[in-house]
Amino acid sequence: MAENCLTFENLTLGYNSHAAVHHLNGAVRRGSLTAVVGANGSGKSTLMKGIVGALKPISGKIDIKPGTRIAYLPQQSEIDRSFPARVFDLVSLGLWPKRGLLGRITAGDRAEISKALMSVGLSGFENRPIDTLSGGQMQRALFARVLLQDADLILLDEPFNAIDAKTVGDLLDLVQRWHGEGRTIIVVAHDLDLVRENFPECLLLARSAVAWGPTRTALHPERLLAARRFDEAWHEDAPWCGDSQEPHAHNHDHHPHHHA
Amino acid sequence: MYEFFIAPFAEFGFMQRALFGSLLLSLSACPVGVFLMLRRMSLTGDAVAHGILPGAAVAYLMFGLEIVPMTIGGLIAGLVVALGAGAVARFTLQKEDASLAAFYLISLALGVLVISIRGSSVDLMQVLFGTVLALDSSALILIASICVITLVSLTIFWRGLVAECLDPLFLRSVSRIGTPVHFAFLTLTVLNLVAGFQALGTLLSVGLMMLPAAGARFWVNRVSAMSALAVLFGFASCVTGLLVSYHAALPSGPSIILAAGVIYIASVFCGTRGLIRTHFITHRHRTA
Repeated sequence: MAENCLTFENLTLGYNSHAAVHHLNGAVRRGSLTAVVGANGSGKSTLMKGIVGALKPISGKIDIKPGTRIAYLPQQSEIDRSFPARVFDLVSLGLWPKRGLLGRITAGDRAEISKALMSVGLSGFENRPIDTLSGGQMQRALFARVLLQDADLILLDEPFNAIDAKTVGDLLDLVQRWHGEGRTIIVVAHDLDLVRENFPECLLLARSAVAWGPTRTALHPERLLAARRFDEAWHEDAPWCGDSQEPHAHNHDHHPHHHA
Repeated sequence: MYEFFIAPFAEFGFMQRALFGSLLLSLSACPVGVFLMLRRMSLTGDAVAHGILPGAAVAYLMFGLEIVPMTIGGLIAGLVVALGAGAVARFTLQKEDASLAAFYLISLALGVLVISIRGSSVDLMQVLFGTVLALDSSALILIASICVITLVSLTIFWRGLVAECLDPLFLRSVSRIGTPVHFAFLTLTVLNLVAGFQALGTLLSVGLMMLPAAGARFWVNRVSAMSALAVLFGFASCVTGLLVSYHAALPSGPSIILAAGVIYIASVFCGTRGLIRTHFITHRHRTA
């Protein structure tokens, strides 16, 4: 059995004590390729933020294998498109884990950046100002940055939104290449056909996990229907999540949170 | 020519000191201004400059017009305002513009109050508008030290500052350095404003920081080039401003800032990315 890269133990994440991800248990195997699927508001992005540590769990915990290098491509980046930077500057940020604040960008690094740009189909874009990039070109550049990060665990939050078919194809090839290199990859996606074709494993999320396993069984129509029935809204009078009905309740510190 | 351009500086010690001090100030403050502008914090300098007032005022009332106590006082007050506002913005839901407004308004009111307890409006004018022609050697040493500190820190933190401006969320995901870099940068801003207020006063020292930077934005599209050009604009403003003030017997601080203002307005229209080039000249274009 392959070791786990990432383990969720009765994990609850949320905002203002309302749960957005509710009592999630499970593990992500090292080298696996997982899609996270679910309606808007089902907790997919929240889960990603929890994994990178941008959001503290309300209860439960996330165990990441020590020494795991994480690359995270958020759904809404905070990139300042008007900042006077070139594609080279943006992509070279991916070298940060290696070079840090003071390390010099070497000739080898430059070659590596050019290679990364070539892999995403942006050869010769090094000196283009970032405010001249199209949405798809920007996404390709960000994938080049992930490439440079050389991470063990890669988290991509809706990377295929508003991207044309050709670009999606190219980016998926890259994801498959990372998968082939033994990296652990988790991708939030909406297109079920795309998920069925490209992702061996799938987590179907509707605040709590509706299904998690091989994509074919996880995306079974019955499961999808169950996922669709979930109520997205928060209710001020939602009951506090109890101590009794949860099988692992004794495991987590007793922070109260609303059920919805 | 010599009479007009060189003689004022060659013949008068106070003009030499004013020139030397203001050039050092440009070298140090203009790159800081470039980063303030790129982070959309152009008005932060203004707010912090107001925030410096009570510290400088308390020192002024206690020790008179002495550079060291006033600098330390201004530094403390400025740091409280900049770092306090920065902390509120980083760790609560409030954005930096609102927290900064709150902090500097409190500080400004406190400053005016302190001055009015014992001073006259002449005192207030001196603190607010400074006197570049009265720079003594202790003031010059102070400005030179702050200049060195600024240039060294900018060199060290350059990549961090660029990353923090360009993609703060990414920087947070790979490194914890974002917050220290931000606070180091705020400290540099305060230091440079304090360095400037002896020469230009608390209000106008922001001018030498922001105007050359804002002008340089219209000419180049690289951060390093922009900083260099801003420094150049700063130098030109200081020389022009001092000469104009000497020959026309005008106050020197406002003359320097107005010279920078003229360069800014000219850049808005004539810059390679300015109004005329982008709006009124039809360009030929390439097929790809």
